Amino acid sequence: MKSLISIQNVSKAFGKHKALNNVSLEIEKGEIFALLGPNGAGKTTLISAICGLCRQSSGDITVNSFNTVTHYKDTRNQIGLVPQELPLDGFESVYNSCQFSRGLFGLKDNRNHIENILKALSLFDKRDEQIFGLSGGMKRRLLIAKALAHEPKILFLDEPTAGVDVSLRRDIWKLIEDQKKIGVTIILTTHYIEEAEQLADRVGIINSGEIILVKEKNSLMSEFSKKTTFIRLSKQLQDHSFVKKNKNISVVENGMALKLIGINSESNELQVLVNLLSQKGIGFTEINTVDNSLEDIFLDLVKAK
Amino acid sequence: MNFQAAITIYKFEMARFRRTIFQSLVAPIITTSLYFVVFGAAIGSKIETINGVSYGSFIVPGLIMLYLMTESINNAAFGIYFPKFVGSIFEVLSAPVSSVEATIGYVGAAASKSTIIGLMIFLTSNLFVTHDIKYPLIMAVFIILTAVTFSLFGFIIGIWAQNWEKLSIIPTLLVTPLVFLGGSFYSIDMLPEFWQKVSLLNPVFYLISGFRWSFFGTSEIPIHLSIIAIVSFMTICLAIIAIIFKTGYRLRT
Repeated sequence: MKSLISIQNVSKAFGKHKALNNVSLEIEKGEIFALLGPNGAGKTTLISAICGLCRQSSGDITVNSFNTVTHYKDTRNQIGLVPQELPLDGFESVYNSCQFSRGLFGLKDNRNHIENILKALSLFDKRDEQIFGLSGGMKRRLLIAKALAHEPKILFLDEPTAGVDVSLRRDIWKLIEDQKKIGVTIILTTHYIEEAEQLADRVGIINSGEIILVKEKNSLMSEFSKKTTFIRLSKQLQDHSFVKKNKNISVVENGMALKLIGINSESNELQVLVNLLSQKGIGFTEINTVDNSLEDIFLDLVKAK
Repeated sequence: MNFQAAITIYKFEMARFRRTIFQSLVAPIITTSLYFVVFGAAIGSKIETINGVSYGSFIVPGLIMLYLMTESINNAAFGIYFPKFVGSIFEVLSAPVSSVEATIGYVGAAASKSTIIGLMIFLTSNLFVTHDIKYPLIMAVFIILTAVTFSLFGFIIGIWAQNWEKLSIIPTLLVTPLVFLGGSFYSIDMLPEFWQKVSLLNPVFYLISGFRWSFFGTSEIPIHLSIIAIVSFMTICLAIIAIIFKTGYRLRT
């Protein structure tokens, strides 16, 4: 099946700095794609190139088979963009601001549609207020409302929950999931890896303007995941020599616990360790195994690069 | 053609005009009234008629032109600079809006605002002086051409400006002196011969002179030169805007 968004060998240079370096990426229809990367990795530049805010130095981008340069009206018609900052005309009212966004896409005012969005984002009561009077969280939601005002098929969310409280973050996640249910393709950049872990179908990692990896979130988690096992000891471990031989084992909590990385609780290695402790007359009070998070995987991959 | 987008931008900008109606409309009317009191009544009573026109009536076209030009520039420059300044310009740039549609929206609104102000000044002038307009159609054409052309010029300034100082530097240091020295309040026949020749280098002089012709049927230069001047300036502004949108100059990175 042909991808909804196809990015082929796209580069973008600002002077000598290469913000994007030969990036190729395919986004499938109906998925939530999380684009992760450290600050300055090129996430916003890539989104800007797709949405027409910046012009790539080379390469091609198509949206639904339309080229973003030669058929920019056809591509932009399908896209809603929520930028990272809060760029709003503070003198305008909430409703009129949404109506303006809709009108730019060639659509006449649809009060029902805009009011439904404002209700979904808990902004309905503020519809006639000037944007100046809104809190940061409300402005963030308003940007989402504006992006949805023209009923886009593709939604770009550049750090949509930056600086919002936990409760609002959950509300925005629900809204994203609801959009997915009605068939909207969502491309998300975020610093909150938990967000990508919660929402994304696929994850792309970008660093220094290059795509390092693109994978389905679940296969990424299983492929790169390492288990961490904590063994809490019945008494303090004095002799650390047998532990030092294995780089995956470390003594923590002032000798009262061992931390094992990448060793399964059912493995022989663990059995051997338990036997050794037993020979030294040390028992254990608790064995606890946790999977490492997408955040750990992300940090490992970025560091490795 | 995305007409709806152009209409949306136009309405949005006109809403800004309505929000600041006092500053936009009342302030020019009060200032114009002061001009009439000072120039028309106090000084004008000491000046003889110019080409058979009383001084009070003579300055009406100049005053209208003064406001038409400065307000067109200021409104258009602010209209595009403000969304650039707050960042909300991203909406227009990421929407299916062509350069023509965006220009129609922003420039059309700025030209409408300044035309309304120009007409209000004309109505205000009727409180102080009485005059018949000899060629009302030509007057309307001049008002529209000037409002659109100087709004295009202001639009360019708004895109070019990267801070508030740059936004006001050209209107303050270039346009206002040109308008004042272009014969707004005097006939260049009243100047020494040398300064008459210098005045002919001032493009604004041609516009004021042509506009005055539409009022009284007399002017310092032939009407067709005025038309050529305004149309030439408009063409230059349109060409610059076309280049700006083609290159994305100070709009897209």
